[in-house]
Amino acid sequence: MRIEIERVAKRFGPVNANDDVSLTIQAGAVHGLLGENGAGKSTLLRILGGLLRPDAGRLRFDGRPVALDSPADALAAGVGVLHQEPLDFPPLTVLESFLVARPRAARAGGGARALLPGRGRAAGVFLPRRAAREELLALAARFGFSVDPDEQVARLTLGERQQLELLRLLSLGARALLLDEPTTGISGAQQEALFSALRRLKQDGKAIVLVSHKLSDVEALCDRVTVLRQGKVAGEAEMPAGAARLVALMFGKALALPERLPTAGDGVALALEDVGFGDHRLDLRLARLAVRRGEVIGLAGLEGSGQRLLLRACAGLLRVRRGRVAIGGADLTGRPYPAFLRAGAGYLPADRRREGLIAGLSIEEHVALRAPRPGVFLRPREIRRAAERAIEALRIHGRPETPVEALSGGNQQRAQLALLPGDLALLLLEQPTRGLDIASARWVWEQLLARCRAGTALLFASSELDELMRYSDRILVFSGGRVSPPVSVADLTLDRLGRMIGGELDEPAPAPAEPAAPARSDP
Amino acid sequence: MSPEPADRPGSSAPRSPGVRRAWAAWPGEVASRLAPLALALAFVAGLCALLGASPAAVAAALWDGAFGSADQAARVLATLAPLLLCGSGLLFTFRAGLYHLGVEGQLVLGALCATGAARALWPGLPAGLVVALCVAAGALGGVLWGALTGALHTRGRVSEIFAGLGMNFVAQGVVLYLVFGPWKRPGVASMAGTEPLDSALWLSTLGGTELSPAALLLAALALVGTAVVLGRTHFGLRLRAVGLSPEAARVLGVPAAREMLAAFAISGALAGVAGALQVLGTFHRLLPNVSSHLGFLALLVVMLAGRRAALVAPIALFFSALNVGSLKLPMTLGLESSLSGVLQGVLVLLALLSPWKARVGRGGGRPEEA
Repeated sequence: MRIEIERVAKRFGPVNANDDVSLTIQAGAVHGLLGENGAGKSTLLRILGGLLRPDAGRLRFDGRPVALDSPADALAAGVGVLHQEPLDFPPLTVLESFLVARPRAARAGGGARALLPGRGRAAGVFLPRRAAREELLALAARFGFSVDPDEQVARLTLGERQQLELLRLLSLGARALLLDEPTTGISGAQQEALFSALRRLKQDGKAIVLVSHKLSDVEALCDRVTVLRQGKVAGEAEMPAGAARLVALMFGKALALPERLPTAGDGVALALEDVGFGDHRLDLRLARLAVRRGEVIGLAGLEGSGQRLLLRACAGLLRVRRGRVAIGGADLTGRPYPAFLRAGAGYLPADRRREGLIAGLSIEEHVALRAPRPGVFLRPREIRRAAERAIEALRIHGRPETPVEALSGGNQQRAQLALLPGDLALLLLEQPTRGLDIASARWVWEQLLARCRAGTALLFASSELDELMRYSDRILVFSGGRVSPPVSVADLTLDRLGRMIGGELDEPAPAPAEPAAPARSDP
Repeated sequence: MSPEPADRPGSSAPRSPGVRRAWAAWPGEVASRLAPLALALAFVAGLCALLGASPAAVAAALWDGAFGSADQAARVLATLAPLLLCGSGLLFTFRAGLYHLGVEGQLVLGALCATGAARALWPGLPAGLVVALCVAAGALGGVLWGALTGALHTRGRVSEIFAGLGMNFVAQGVVLYLVFGPWKRPGVASMAGTEPLDSALWLSTLGGTELSPAALLLAALALVGTAVVLGRTHFGLRLRAVGLSPEAARVLGVPAAREMLAAFAISGALAGVAGALQVLGTFHRLLPNVSSHLGFLALLVVMLAGRRAALVAPIALFFSALNVGSLKLPMTLGLESSLSGVLQGVLVLLALLSPWKARVGRGGGRPEEA
């Protein structure tokens, strides 16, 4: 199936997630969709999958204009989306999961191969278990997947769930497959199986869209690549195009790195010893990290690889599973968050609107919340003066009574910075310049480096390699459920960093854990 | 997502959305309050017509029932006191983003503790002291109940709605046990409740009516105090922060769980005082129906008030008048007295569903304007 995307646009508030995007995906080809976080890949994928309606523009499948109101519509039109986190039902068995949503899809037609043809309505009421089992096993055999129909989905690895979902979409008649970061969190063998299945589907004439961060995936599979940047098509390339060209398209022209005066001083600001941290999916270990006062440590990796967990563990918002955390020499292991705050840890989350600031409160109310020694009553005049000082100092575009949700992204970041106490020992940031234009980003970094010169150690997670290379002294790379030891930026190149993020961590790799860590989906 | 338009300082004129929004919102604000009222009245008028009664006659009967005599007007004001107390408590929990349905149980437990204190302390201590201690015991009982509910929510991760409802049942169960068990009247155990308190412990009322000025004064003070605490103190601001975004509040250093517990405890104290006053001022005994569902009615009042302290008083008065006024409907027009409940319920539902509603979202509150 040929998919034509014509001048599609989608806005979320002030953000142009997709801006006049046009591209054509040919049948019988794998089309790569590249771009950094927030470039608009996921939005485009959701539009194609019927999860979002575009504000402007249209879609044509095989030349016919289509309007997709729901994922079911998209599937009926032949488009199946394989989400990063498969949309399946962990409590069900593989067979049941395969059968879910089938009757309606089958009734809707859309090229679905109906199970039990000719049995009339009864087929819509009772589950055609036996026929489905046969179909599932036949499909699995065709692609060399090993599937146990009676296994519970919850017990499958991510890679197996992905295979199941792929088979389900195919059995429902998908003629185009959209895959969102399919190789994140699956084992090497599963990746091989997936790739050979995709090559086979390509030969069958299916259109395949591969959304990925990983250049190696794209180079291995794609016939053509479209790079998105800031919601727009930054360029297209026939493969093989060479990694250098793709990197340049993705990240823009590599800016010359300005000389950064070292800010690292003496004394340890943060010491981690043999810490283990994680959530329900990840279990990460970091042998040793000693961050000096004024030092800048970058955390690289696909989003959701554990950078946020490390930052929250250092901030005291996540309890480490083992090991020791010390800030400024004080052992804080297992202490509550307020103890970390008192020790001088500051944390700025990436989701400024939801986690960093409180939508509904004004700038001055935030200032009052952060007041170091609040009395009982609010003192409106003092608070207003403090808010005015902060607004002035950080050049925030707003007034004391402006609600924070009315501020632009850059000004929200300024407001977050303004709310931090002045003498932090350790500043932890997620995506400090996400959503900011270049000038704002540079300004934010000036503020951050000024703090470093005053002795604050800084840990920041970023998905922009350029930012990591430019501002870090050392970098930790998160990939595939592991963390690299800190690498000095002097020993890194953009290319090597990219390869490390793609999984080539330098330490001898232990056998990949199964299931390994799936990354969190794009925001 | 993708970068936003340039927001360099000095690149455009400063915005002042706050000021303009307040003015622009004014007519809409009024409409948002009045439209549901009009619709609910129309609905109930239609219902009356369907039942064969003239809406005008019903309205007249309601008015007459509520304000026809000094006695009845006093009763309206007497019902107002527990409504205001429970409503004040609910303003705290709503401000913290909690749908706290346990207020009913807190009221019941307050009544229970007040009765217990009276039984234990009288006649060993002077009457005035016993009354004060009864009120304090009621508050303490409410605090206990509220804190338990809060702990279920913050520690046990039970939805505060179910925690509150569950605790209501427990409180009701304990009262039934006491009324029919250890505290039953000698010889007869009945829904009519325990043996009446000694009349020395009754709150003095205004000229033989049911209105106890002390209770009403206490309730009014509670509402004013609530408005001040929520609008003017750091604690009130922290509660708002927790209600708007617990996660962000936590990152900013607000101990969200502690503030929620405090909100539960305060609402418990106020509802518990209401329960104590019901015993000391109105019923003079503990009876299974001691709450008269005033806790739930207060919930409706606060929802309709959009969580604003200033609106709680008039709406509570209106609801109280409806409750008292409707008692005469069966006699005068042969209609069920539950008609007032229908009107109250429809009103709140329509206010919550209103497309013009200001901001009734979970925890979405404006600064206190009282």
